Amino acid sequence: MKIGLFIPCYIDAFYPEAGIATLELLEKLGQDVEYPLDQTCCGQPMGNSGCNSDAAAAEALFVRNFAKYDKIVMPSGSCTHHVRDNFDAIPQTDEVRHVRENTYELVEFLHDVLKVDAFPWAEFNHTVGLHNSCGTLRALRTASMSELGEKPFSKPMDLLKKVKGIRFVTPKRPDECCGFGGTFSVTEEAVSAKMGVDKVRDHYQAGADYIVSADSSCVMHQQGCAERAGVPIRFIHIAQILNGAAE
Amino acid sequence: MSNKPVNHARAAEHFLEDAPHLQFHDERLWDMRQKRDAQMHILPEWQELREEASRIKEHTLSRLPEYLEQFEENAKKNGIHVHWARDGAEHNRIVGEILKSHNARNLIKSKSMVTEECDMRPYLAKQGVTVTETDLGERIQQLDDQLPSHIVVPAVHKLTSDVAKIFAKDYHTDPNIRDPHLLAEAQRQAARPVILHADAGMTGGNFVVAETGTFVVCTNEGNADLSATVPNLHIATIGIERLVPRMADLGVFIRLLSRSALGSPITQYTTHFRGPQKGGEMHVVLVDNGRSARLGMEDFWTSLKCIRCGACMNTCPVYRRSGGLSYGAVYSGPIGAIIDPTFNERKYSTLPYASTLNGSCTNVCPVKINIHEQLYKWRRVLVQHHEMPFVKREIMHMAGKLMGQPKLYRAAIKATEVSLGTMPRFVLYNWLNPWGKHRENPHPVKQTFNDWYRKNREKAKPAAAPETKK
Repeated sequence: MKIGLFIPCYIDAFYPEAGIATLELLEKLGQDVEYPLDQTCCGQPMGNSGCNSDAAAAEALFVRNFAKYDKIVMPSGSCTHHVRDNFDAIPQTDEVRHVRENTYELVEFLHDVLKVDAFPWAEFNHTVGLHNSCGTLRALRTASMSELGEKPFSKPMDLLKKVKGIRFVTPKRPDECCGFGGTFSVTEEAVSAKMGVDKVRDHYQAGADYIVSADSSCVMHQQGCAERAGVPIRFIHIAQILNGAAE
Repeated sequence: MSNKPVNHARAAEHFLEDAPHLQFHDERLWDMRQKRDAQMHILPEWQELREEASRIKEHTLSRLPEYLEQFEENAKKNGIHVHWARDGAEHNRIVGEILKSHNARNLIKSKSMVTEECDMRPYLAKQGVTVTETDLGERIQQLDDQLPSHIVVPAVHKLTSDVAKIFAKDYHTDPNIRDPHLLAEAQRQAARPVILHADAGMTGGNFVVAETGTFVVCTNEGNADLSATVPNLHIATIGIERLVPRMADLGVFIRLLSRSALGSPITQYTTHFRGPQKGGEMHVVLVDNGRSARLGMEDFWTSLKCIRCGACMNTCPVYRRSGGLSYGAVYSGPIGAIIDPTFNERKYSTLPYASTLNGSCTNVCPVKINIHEQLYKWRRVLVQHHEMPFVKREIMHMAGKLMGQPKLYRAAIKATEVSLGTMPRFVLYNWLNPWGKHRENPHPVKQTFNDWYRKNREKAKPAAAPETKK
């Protein structure tokens, strides 16, 4: 199985350590991973803002970069959601369909495809609150949502529980959106920032040292809100913890 | 009516400045959402009920003309006068004529979103008819000359102290009252004489049953029953989408409605209106007002399944932090954002963007309307119809081009990194940068992932990989 690694633009530019951890983790698990150098973006920002035709160039490039791989893995729920569910600015050829059907968010790839049962190198001696992005929660369905009253399940939690030393706390509103929402964070900045501050305070008051997430876009927003409001909480991508980061 | 796009972002910003109101609003509605969850957990068949409700509504909507005619026929047999209103103006004219023919000058009414759609009160006022809202929240909003900010709890954005001030002005009560019971009592004392001397009563209708020619009104205050039965003339204004085919279908909706809305098992009053009372007259005005057109919209017709429970508003993190009035429309919140553009695409073009597309609304909706997917689709439609501001449209156009050109893109990333690392604070955090208004920017990094990969992985390979073109 040849894996193509997609590193979303904001991870590339602002959280390279999350990208490095993803690559190293997949390599530790014995995977054959390649990162096509000429990648940019999956097209989500244009798609989400309604400018779907403007997503065509990004989507076409994405397919050129990744069509040759058996599986495409990315450390981002929202990008996976875009590729899987909304990636239709370009004609739906066999190649495009192959890419869409074989794109995985990192957690679901580890949990469902590789079925990893241990991370012997991982130890994280901190109290964490898990933030599931709305993309992972309500589109990819990697965890149960409170709206449906379904039997609780959580793929990220299943993985994190295999890490030594880690402790968990649950905020009061675990699956309320943090307010990032792509361009929403700028066009509705006041509501967006208020949602972000409420989110980080909720985790902090529950006793979390860290907020861990499979989505760096939520983290970028939450971190900015926490720093401005003076909420002393740290952020980490789930790939980093699973790859053995100590902090 | 002004066509200027509603500035939801600015109104929301204003709402956020008032901490006590904001906190009360957010917590009160979140409490309703939690009570709804508790009710859901009691019923193991919750998801089946949602599925069934959705199925019944979709079936009914697919044969709406048939069922409407069936209702009309059966309602007439029950002695109900049935009227058809193509739009708000026609609705108001019909109601005005009924009132005139009875020489009715005082109309009491219970809550009805359709009459808000039709802007009925100002029309009747011009005809010399005094309209008095009998629902407590709606009456508060009427006295304050505001639209309802929520479809179930119209004055939820107000604190007790706000209501005390309004009542002091109109009912001459003590403006310092802080006991909600005393305020409710003041409203009761003010409303009872009006109700007793009213010439006509008006209600909405939650459900209309085709096979029986009857309709159902669900309330908690009993005000609809007083409005409908104290005067001899009862007019019910009902949207044409409120139909269910059979009486047997009704149970599914009654079980879902109040549980979804307030988290109570059922409304205090669930009244079946089967015909005029002895010596009285009953009229039903069936209102289209854009509904048939909506029914023809492939991506948006299922919004007509809505039973107006407000669950999507209660759960919406944006609505809870911006308040219903910030939507500048009769219908606010997620359901409003997908319905309002069908009334006026330009004016409400901003509302589908007042969402993070988080999808909570879709999953609490008792009739399974895919609200967040419709928000996404509305954005596409609005862009196609040139209803997106030019600057934003251009930014997306440029971004889209950039994302298709890896080399240019790399150069742009470098520039961002440099600017984040070197720009003085006052340049990064000024009013031109909405991100930085209430948030710090992400920290600049030493190298991007792409740089790191070139240095640490590409070197290990025998030769540089060629352009990955197929």
